[in-house]
Amino acid sequence: MTNDTMIDAEGLTKRFTVKKKTVEAVTDLSFTVSRGELVAFLGPNGAGKSTSLRMLTTLVPPSSGRARVVGHDIHREAAAVRARIGYVGQLTSGSFAQRVRDELISQGAFYGMPASAAKVRADELVESLDLTPFATRTVQQLSGGQKRRLDIALGLMHAPPLLFLDEPSTGLDPQSRSNLWQHILDLRQQHGTTVFLTTHYLEEADRYAERVMVMDRGRLIADDTAANLKAKLAGDVVTLGFASAEEAERAVGVVQGLTDREVRREGEASVTLAAPEGDALLPAAVRALDAVGLRVDRATAVPPTLDDVFLALTGRTLREAHETGGGDDEEQATENLTTENPQPTGAER
Amino acid sequence: MTTTETQSDRVVRPTPSRDTWNVFTRELRPVVRDPFTLIFSLVQPLVFLGLFAPLLIGSSGAPASETLQWFVPGVLVMIVLFGTGAVGSNLQYEMMTGSHERTLVAPLARSSLLVGRALKEIAPIVVQALLIVLIAWPFGFTIHWGGLVLGLALLAVFGVGLGSLSYSLALATKDREWLFWGVQQTLIFPLLILSGMLLPLEQGPGWMRAVSTVNPVNWVVQAERALFAGDLGSMTVLWGWLAALALAAVGLAVGIRAIRRSN
Repeated sequence: MTNDTMIDAEGLTKRFTVKKKTVEAVTDLSFTVSRGELVAFLGPNGAGKSTSLRMLTTLVPPSSGRARVVGHDIHREAAAVRARIGYVGQLTSGSFAQRVRDELISQGAFYGMPASAAKVRADELVESLDLTPFATRTVQQLSGGQKRRLDIALGLMHAPPLLFLDEPSTGLDPQSRSNLWQHILDLRQQHGTTVFLTTHYLEEADRYAERVMVMDRGRLIADDTAANLKAKLAGDVVTLGFASAEEAERAVGVVQGLTDREVRREGEASVTLAAPEGDALLPAAVRALDAVGLRVDRATAVPPTLDDVFLALTGRTLREAHETGGGDDEEQATENLTTENPQPTGAER
Repeated sequence: MTTTETQSDRVVRPTPSRDTWNVFTRELRPVVRDPFTLIFSLVQPLVFLGLFAPLLIGSSGAPASETLQWFVPGVLVMIVLFGTGAVGSNLQYEMMTGSHERTLVAPLARSSLLVGRALKEIAPIVVQALLIVLIAWPFGFTIHWGGLVLGLALLAVFGVGLGSLSYSLALATKDREWLFWGVQQTLIFPLLILSGMLLPLEQGPGWMRAVSTVNPVNWVVQAERALFAGDLGSMTVLWGWLAALALAAVGLAVGIRAIRRSN
C-alpha cells in the first residue's frame, strides 16, 4: 500500500440473516483506489453496492475480510477513518428541523473545527453550492435538489480527502442531476478529492467516472475505464439492412468472414453483430458485400453503452436486473436490511 | 505504515465531553430559533395544575397549601416522564430521514449522541419546572431553594436515563412508529399511576403498593416531595437518587449498545 492508496479492500464479505437463512450481500470484494480517482460503483438495486459502501464508511462491520480507508483499518481504527472521510448517504443528511447554515456549523463542530473556521467554511460551501438564498431556511423547506446539495456540503464541511456518495443523484430531475455533477467535478478539480460513488444510472457512470466497477449479486464482476469495458466486453453494434430475407441470409456468411464475433440475422432482412471498431468494420463489410453482388440498403454502427457491457457480463440488461431486484427476493431483502428503512414483514404484526 | 499520519495531527479524535456539548448545542438550536415550541409544551402541566389540583384539594379535605406541597413535585416528575419518554420519536424521525446515519459516520463518541440529546430535553424542562413552581407559589406552595436546586438536578439525572431508554426503543423499533408508540404508551401509564404521582397509593390495594415499590419513578417522586419539603437529608432522598442514578446507568448502557448496533 503506497502513500497514495485511499482504499485498500481485501476479501470484504457481508452476510445477513434473513428469516433464518444466511444471505451474502457482498462476497469477497477486493480492490484499491488511488488518490484523486473518480470511481463509480455500478449495479442494479440489491447488487451489494450500498452494503459495500457502508462497510467502507464504518457503518456496518464486515463478516470477514479487511479494508484500510485513508490509511486506517475500518474495524480497529473506525474513529480515525471517520475523521478522514466524507459520506453522503442515500437519504437526507440534514435534520429536517434544522436550518441549513446551522446544520453546516454543527457538522464542522463534530469534526473538531473551531467555531470561527466552521462559520467561514459554511458560508463558503453555501455560496459554492448555490444555497445562499436558503441558508436560514429549515431543511424541511428545501426542494429535493437543494436538499441534495446540502447533503454534499455537509459531506465536504471538513474538506475530506476522500468522499463517498451513495446514489447522489437518485430521485433528482435531469437539470438538478447535471448541476450536482458539475459541483462534484468542480470539487475534484479544485481540491483533488478522491470520489467513490454508487449509481444505478448507466449514463452517469459512463459520462463522468474515469473508472467503473460493476457489481452484481454481491460480486465485483468488472473493473476498468468505461471505454475499455465497452471495447473489451461489448463492442459497437453494426447492423446491415437488405432488400430481402434471402439476401440477408447470404450476407451472414460474407460478413462472418471479416470478424471473429458472431454475426446474427435480425428481423426480416437484416444482419447484426457487436464488434470493437465497428465503425471501421462497417465500410469493409459494405465493400465485401458489394463485391459478391449484395447491395446494402441501410447501415448503422452504434457505439455500445454500459448496459451492453452489463448484458455481456451477466446475460441480462441492467433494466431487467432492476426489475427483479438484483436477482431474487432474498437479495432485495438484504439490501433493505442495510438501509435505515427495512420493510416491515407480515410476521411482525 | 505511515500513510496519512501527516494528516492525523489536525484530525479530530472522539472526546465524550466535547462531543456531548456539540450534540447538545446542535439539538438546542431549533428550540432557540423557534421558542414557541417551548410555550406549547407548558400547557400540559398547567392543565394538570389548574384542573386536577382543585379536584385533589376538594376530595382530600386538606388545606390547599398542603395538597400543593404534595402534588407539585409529582407534576414536575410527570413533565420529565412525558417529555423525555417521547424523545425517541425525534430520533426515529432522524433515522428515517437520514440525518442520524450522517452523525454515525462523524467522529463522535457514540455516548455523546445519546447524552447530548437527552440533556437537550432537560434544558427546557428545567425552565418549565421553575415556571410551575412560581405559579404554584401564590397558592400556598412553599419553596425551599436548596431542595429546589437538588430536586431539579435529580430530575435531570432521571431524565437522562429515561431519555436514553426512549432512544433505545427508537433504535430497536427502527421505522415502525406504531411499535414505538405502542410500547411507549403501554409502559408510561402504569409507570405514571404506580408512582403515586397523581393520587396517593396509600389507599390502593396491597398488590398495587407492592408493585409500586419496584417502580423507580415512585422513588423519584417521593424523593422530590421530600426535597421540596426541605427535608434534604432524609433516606427517601437517598433512595430517589439511587433509583435515578441506576436508571441513568441502565439507560445509557442499553442506549450506547443500541446505537453501536443500530446498523
